[in-house]
Amino acid sequence: MPIAESEVTWVQETKLGLWEQLYIPALIDGLKTTLGHMVSRKVTEQYPEQEPKMPLNYRGVHRLNRDAAGRVKCVACYMCATACPAHCIDIVAAPAPAEWQKDGREKYPETFVIDELRCIYCGMCEEACPVDAIELTTLYDLTGFSREQMVFDKEKLLSVFDTTTKAGTDPVRTQAGPLGAASEVPPEVK
Amino acid sequence: MPTVYVNDKPVEIGTKRLNCVQVAELAGVFVPHYCWHEALSVVASCRMCLVEVGDLKDGKVTMQSKVLPGCQTPVKDGTVIVTGEYDKRDKSLPVLPYDPGYTKIAPLGDRAKKSQADTLEGLLINHPLDCPVCDKAGECKLQDFSYKYGRSESRMVDVKNTPPNKPQLSSKITLFTDRCIMCTRCVRFTREISGTAELYVSGRGHHEEIDVFPGRPLENKLAGNVVDLCPVGALGSKDFLYKQRVWYLKTVDGVCNRCSTGCSTYVDANKDIVYRIRGRHNPQAQGHFICDEGRYGYHHANSGERFVRPMLKTEGKFKPAVWSSLLPQLKQEFGDAVKTNARGTVAVLSPFLTVEEAFLLGAYFKSLSNDVRLVMGPVPVIGENDTYPKNTRGESVEPVQFTIRGEKAPNRIGVEAVLNQLQGEVIAFTSIAKESLFAMWFSGGYPDKSHLDALVPTDWKTPALLVAQDLLPTIITASAQYILPATTGFEKDGTFVNHANYMQTFGRAARPPQEARTELQLAFDLLGRKGLVQPDAIRKELAKAVPFFGALAPETRIALETAQV
Repeated sequence: MPIAESEVTWVQETKLGLWEQLYIPALIDGLKTTLGHMVSRKVTEQYPEQEPKMPLNYRGVHRLNRDAAGRVKCVACYMCATACPAHCIDIVAAPAPAEWQKDGREKYPETFVIDELRCIYCGMCEEACPVDAIELTTLYDLTGFSREQMVFDKEKLLSVFDTTTKAGTDPVRTQAGPLGAASEVPPEVK
Repeated sequence: MPTVYVNDKPVEIGTKRLNCVQVAELAGVFVPHYCWHEALSVVASCRMCLVEVGDLKDGKVTMQSKVLPGCQTPVKDGTVIVTGEYDKRDKSLPVLPYDPGYTKIAPLGDRAKKSQADTLEGLLINHPLDCPVCDKAGECKLQDFSYKYGRSESRMVDVKNTPPNKPQLSSKITLFTDRCIMCTRCVRFTREISGTAELYVSGRGHHEEIDVFPGRPLENKLAGNVVDLCPVGALGSKDFLYKQRVWYLKTVDGVCNRCSTGCSTYVDANKDIVYRIRGRHNPQAQGHFICDEGRYGYHHANSGERFVRPMLKTEGKFKPAVWSSLLPQLKQEFGDAVKTNARGTVAVLSPFLTVEEAFLLGAYFKSLSNDVRLVMGPVPVIGENDTYPKNTRGESVEPVQFTIRGEKAPNRIGVEAVLNQLQGEVIAFTSIAKESLFAMWFSGGYPDKSHLDALVPTDWKTPALLVAQDLLPTIITASAQYILPATTGFEKDGTFVNHANYMQTFGRAARPPQEARTELQLAFDLLGRKGLVQPDAIRKELAKAVPFFGALAPETRIALETAQV
């Protein structure tokens, strides 16, 4: 559809006076900004010599949390795999070992694999998790020599939990209040 | 004509004896229920189907003052039913002359709606919130109805009852006792359909539990049905336990291929792997239920032993071959064989083939020469027909509710009908097994290889040219020159004819593994037709060519019903 004449507004270029035509005020304006930056506090980080401190809600490498007994907290409900828009989570569920079943743990992930290369770090998995077992940490500098190295299995994801907990960089909880019922130990066992 | 009114909608019931739930269904209104099942007796224990019931007499509706369980309330001429969904009724219909005294206390439908919400709250009192680990989640009636009719929060503050699980209930079935809502469908099933009565209810009130009698685990050939019947995740199949979440599964209407009853099934598959078989209600085939042989009889499809590519014997060893060069080679071989000895060339059509496949394969061999003999493949018959219910001594009792047939093949009658049309007679495999033949095409597809091994005489003479098509290694494939991979009943689209000449068309749930091709495609290629085969088109062709299948049309496939058994 052609543009109607009535829809067009014509704008005139402002006329510059003699003072403006000298360009000195504009020059001073620009130098002010430059000089201001020269004397202000430095914000540039000297990465990689100096590592930045990431905010605790940063969405970096995943971790699989452990419960109080050091077992994987995940109950293999596939909610994260279902929510994942990149289909990067692969879980194989199995009945939990007999001693876990005493604590009401019926199902656990036999394998839990995340393809960190396919992941888009959207955080949907931790939002979907009913037991807060999967979380995204502040680790951002993920590198590897091969694609296989970037496919993280259960052990690797649990080790991310151990490192981040030791370093005191536990991510902030995405979910307020107590954990889901499935992650709680039944009252009798407590 | 007797008329019943459901939410003001008149429904003519004729001479049928129905309850409120069934009449509501006729009127297009769903009344939620757990314990009621069409095939089982009525106990009205779950109280989920509560409806308001009244009577239209002398131009006035008199409503009963309390809500009644719909499953236990028979309807008669003039019965008026008001369900919890009265506010969603068809408002174009005239409103019945309800008693103003009744509607003044509470609007119509409110009593039923509130009763249903209260019932659900009661059922959820002791129900654990372990949906994340429960296999039923996603197809659970407790989830669905809570979402639709229940409240969003629990007012329960006390500690829930957590009775221990009972994995020792059966070798195939486990009981998550705490999830049970005591609908007793499973108990009634074992008493009324299987007749074996292994299950009972122990305890009373809050402490009711499903259990088996000591030393008598739930082991009968129909036991798997209790898992389908369970509206919640209490009874779980050990075979399917934690294998897949149900929302990943694609459901296809299937037909069981383990015996000649030809039960209608749902085949649940994900990414070309079949994970579960469930019964599909079909009164013309078997009713509501299926046997365990069919339910767990899908593992051959996922077997690692399966042939997944064509193979050619060279220097006494089987080497993988490619279809593109193999097909012209096969055509050449059979063309030459027919020229040298047409009478000594046979094509064995197995009772596991669909009628479409048998028709195309038969047509191909008859197109080579009319002297080529088409032979009915060995039909495994294992024991007698096994009927249910049984009494406590394991003897069958009349009236029969379910039959597991001894003929362990789904389509003998269908293939025979094709053979009768193509050559006017059915030649049994036993009559040619001891002849010294020149060339043989053996189409198998036997899910249980021991069945075939038992039927082939030990002294059978291997023909000079033997092309064996089967799922698993058998006596026949061992002596073959060419091995072609067969496909299971889940990997093809076709029609089976059951013991009572009932034709059922089913769909494909999974693609054939790796380089396997369906028998239909193979026959299509052998006939020199171009492109991918269209099963519907072949079905049409078959219906035209064979009068027995005249009624068969692509439309005969039963529409996918999402209703549970």
